[in-house]
Amino acid sequence: MSEHDAAPGAAAQQVRAFLERRREQIAQRWADAPLFRTVFTVSRDEAVEASKAVADALAAVAASGRLEDITAAGYGTVREQLGRTAAARARTGCSPARIADEVAALRAPAAELLRAEFPDPAAPRAQECLLALALLMGTLRLVVMETALSTGEDLIERQRQQLLEATTPVIKLWDGIIAVPLIGTLDSARSQVVMENLLDAVVAERARYAILDITGVPTVDSLVAQHLMKTVAAARLMGAECVVSGIRPAIAQTIVHLGIDLGAIVTRARLSDALVYALRRLDVEISGPVPAVAGRP
Amino acid sequence: MQTSPGTAATILPIGSDADLAWARHQVRQAAAALGFGLVQQTKLITAASELARNTLVHGGGGHLEITPVAHGKARGLRLSFVDTGPGIRDLELAMTDGYTTGGGLGLGLSGARRLVHEFRVDTRPGGGTTVTVVMWLAGMPVPRPGTG
Repeated sequence: MSEHDAAPGAAAQQVRAFLERRREQIAQRWADAPLFRTVFTVSRDEAVEASKAVADALAAVAASGRLEDITAAGYGTVREQLGRTAAARARTGCSPARIADEVAALRAPAAELLRAEFPDPAAPRAQECLLALALLMGTLRLVVMETALSTGEDLIERQRQQLLEATTPVIKLWDGIIAVPLIGTLDSARSQVVMENLLDAVVAERARYAILDITGVPTVDSLVAQHLMKTVAAARLMGAECVVSGIRPAIAQTIVHLGIDLGAIVTRARLSDALVYALRRLDVEISGPVPAVAGRP
Repeated sequence: MQTSPGTAATILPIGSDADLAWARHQVRQAAAALGFGLVQQTKLITAASELARNTLVHGGGGHLEITPVAHGKARGLRLSFVDTGPGIRDLELAMTDGYTTGGGLGLGLSGARRLVHEFRVDTRPGGGTTVTVVMWLAGMPVPRPGTG
């Protein structure tokens, strides 16, 4: 309960009665407001119905007296509808600020109707009711924004999950040789996916050699190095030797300064060098010119 | 050392893994804008990654302040990692290679120190931790070489 409830409940209840009594007129006016008019373009009746649902929700919230509570139960019935409406506006290129303005624009028509209910709109009681309505409409604006934002968060979370899956393919380069091109930030969640995919592929392809290529990893810090070492150790337990390739000069210098000891891991500058290494160890005969192996005679 | 005229500090929150990625991205941009070479950029970004993760994991989150600085003709970038966490009880121990309380390699603080030109830790138990590092542009005289 906030300080605004000093003239408790009574004003809120009067606003509730007003919303119920004038439901039809309010809905007719809201249906012409940009928020509803631009979303329900097929039929005006739809816009009126949507507006009525919002008016009913506000009446329910006013009845509960929780004018400033965005979690008030009354909003439950229109939350999804408002979310869809806001999303539809966002799809047409509406900025969040513009959508918030459009929700705010619903207040004026309703306030006008409410003012007309009083013989003297300047009377304290009328002012209290108008204030209650203003609070209610302000909260509605927050509800719409919150709903729109949480929809966006869901989307971001789904895309994050898809990204985890999409960016870690395991490629078979030769009988017994697989490669994983690592791209982007190698955080703990990504490393876990990489390790699982790699170990599965070691079994499926009966791989003796697994190449981890880090050309596409922008930063190799101690956590990334630790993830690499763990992956190499796990693959080794399953009988596959790992080769880490794609170590750029700047990364190599940084690793040395950081003090990370990759001495136990076979590393090569380029993916092709790693492949040549693995092919030779598998006694595969390579005919034709072999690319020069960096760092090795 | 003074803040370069006409360049304001950038303040970034550090509260999640996503913030770490964004902080690295911003440090990379700031370093590239100042004309840092690829090796220096990589070193600074890696140091920032270690220190920002410390802020997140040990300090419970905080913020990073990126400020371009100047000392005479020298130009550089100063990064301050600020948290209000429990602080570091034994700084000497925390700076030791291989010492870790977070299950990592124990190279975050000590490794970051080797990657930059200047390195300072202000901390007291219960009073939070601020780690400030400075990287000077190569080819310029480094004002205080080997500080740390």
